[in-house]
Amino acid sequence: MSASTDSFLERAPIEARDWLVQLLPAPLQWFTHHLITIGAILAVFGLFFAFTTVAERKLLGRLQNRLGPNRSGLPKFSALPWHLKHKLFGLTQPFADAVKALTKEDIVPAAADKLLHFLAPVLVVAFSLLTFAVLPFGRNMVPVDLDAGLLYFFAAGSATELTIFMAGWASRNKYSLLAAMRALAQVISYELPLLLSVVPVVLVAGTLSTNEIVTAQGGWSFGILPHWNIFTPWGFIGFLLFLVAALAECNRSPFDLPEAESELIAGHLTEYSGFKYALFFMAEYFGLTALSGLGVTLFLGGWQAPCDFLPFIPSYVWFMGKLVMMIVFFIWVRGTLLRLRIDQLTRLAWQFIVPLALINLGNAAFWALTASWAGPLQLVRLGVSLALVVGPFILLGRRLNIGRGPRTYRYATS
Amino acid sequence: MLGSGIIKGLAVTAKNFVGSYFVPERMVTEQYPEDRPKLPENYRSFPLLVSETAEDPMGTLRCVACQICEKECPPQCIYIEKSKDKKPDATGKMQLYPVVFAIDTSVCMSCGLCAELCPFDSIKMDQVFEVAATNRFAGLLLNREQLAKSNAYYHSIRPVEAAEVDARLAADRQAAEAKAKAAAAAKAAAAAAKAAAPAAQPAPAPVAEAPKPPSPAA
Repeated sequence: MSASTDSFLERAPIEARDWLVQLLPAPLQWFTHHLITIGAILAVFGLFFAFTTVAERKLLGRLQNRLGPNRSGLPKFSALPWHLKHKLFGLTQPFADAVKALTKEDIVPAAADKLLHFLAPVLVVAFSLLTFAVLPFGRNMVPVDLDAGLLYFFAAGSATELTIFMAGWASRNKYSLLAAMRALAQVISYELPLLLSVVPVVLVAGTLSTNEIVTAQGGWSFGILPHWNIFTPWGFIGFLLFLVAALAECNRSPFDLPEAESELIAGHLTEYSGFKYALFFMAEYFGLTALSGLGVTLFLGGWQAPCDFLPFIPSYVWFMGKLVMMIVFFIWVRGTLLRLRIDQLTRLAWQFIVPLALINLGNAAFWALTASWAGPLQLVRLGVSLALVVGPFILLGRRLNIGRGPRTYRYATS
Repeated sequence: MLGSGIIKGLAVTAKNFVGSYFVPERMVTEQYPEDRPKLPENYRSFPLLVSETAEDPMGTLRCVACQICEKECPPQCIYIEKSKDKKPDATGKMQLYPVVFAIDTSVCMSCGLCAELCPFDSIKMDQVFEVAATNRFAGLLLNREQLAKSNAYYHSIRPVEAAEVDARLAADRQAAEAKAKAAAAAKAAAAAAKAAAPAAQPAPAPVAEAPKPPSPAA
């Protein structure tokens, strides 16, 4: 590690934790070490969640030519004469929402499975928080540096779908059950493409450890072009597939079939109110944040700075910046696209994403095998890899739409 | 190519996003308590009673307690008590006036029938929409004093209709004045004739006929 990348700000969080830990007697040190990490993750991502919700509402508003929430300000202390004008752009909205959720009545349907109905929101938050454990938030800042970090991530992440099924089943409500079925169909269809879009990264990096995958993406060509996976042909298409699969994994628009407010009156959330509802909501955003964090780790170089001269900015700032950009993109997509039908959802997964991801796996294998090519052969390598991306994309995309449009309307005019 | 539609869609929303900061016409949201809505002239909420002046609303009410509105009101939300004495109305004619005029706005359905049938242009529809009260019985039952609004206020909410009403009332007043003048003139002529011909006893009948011709013309 060079001295320039080891500035005070870079080391500060880790050193503060180590200083706190060494104050305690030896038997408590291991425990405290992890407790501080957990506390930091909960505090940072709890606040991050709060402001993601308000950012989402404001951004969605702007994307649709509305204002979004801009009313909630500070509590109106009568000592402040300017309080009426002091609305803080509605930034305190999540805290008002939290108070509202906490004070609402908690209703459990009479026919519900009481235990499962209670467990589902608890577990969904627990599972979605587990995934944060293996994300490298900065240099030396991975909470648990597992050798099989990626496997752990997907194991914990896909368990959240189980809790959605749990919630749907326990509610004893037809809409909830339909939502649970849809969630399962979705998880079966999209867990595979998600994994397949990630495998090329593992193949090229040769490791399952998230920390080492980030380290492998370090370095720059000509000082400005970082060696991130997204800047390779297979990485680019892999990232796109990952984005689609991640959207489906965290049940966000356009893949929000399990929620589907207009069809299933919020699906598995129908029978939840008050703070349990807020927990589901929270878990959804935690899942989104974790998957975005994984996308950043695997394809966008994790905490690596984009240019040679930028590493004086601490690595965790880079990570959070990329994370925010990913989330803004997800919000942008939500503000743009319509919800898919369940048949469109599964067709897209099995007829387009899975074959493309499999071809991409071969592409990554080619890329890994030709790593030693130099000189003009590098251009050949790039060309072959690009052809392996663009060709299948166009051919598969064409096949996907054969006989399916443009749609004609028999009765509606224009 | 697959995905081009998605990119087009993303471009549209991105345009919306940027435009929402720079093009005020895009935003349809009214920041209500700060920005008051501009109501169309024909917007109506609850009835009001027009008085000629703002200084003495009770003395100059146009209402003559004819009770037509009370009888016609479909949900029966108007209650009127007539006075025992009479006061001159807008056209100078002696008329009754309402001692009690109450409208229960919790019953009123804002149909505007009362304003349409009032022959004295006294009851009109207001445009006040912030009518919340802390007491749902007494707070929503508006009395004569609460209902009375000046003609100037009526002009401010419905300029076109109010100008029309004013013109009509002015014409009526002029006609009434002309009629009174003609009657006075005829009376004077009759008195003169009486004085000139004290012997002519059976004169009253033609004299009584004399003021009549101008009245249809008026």
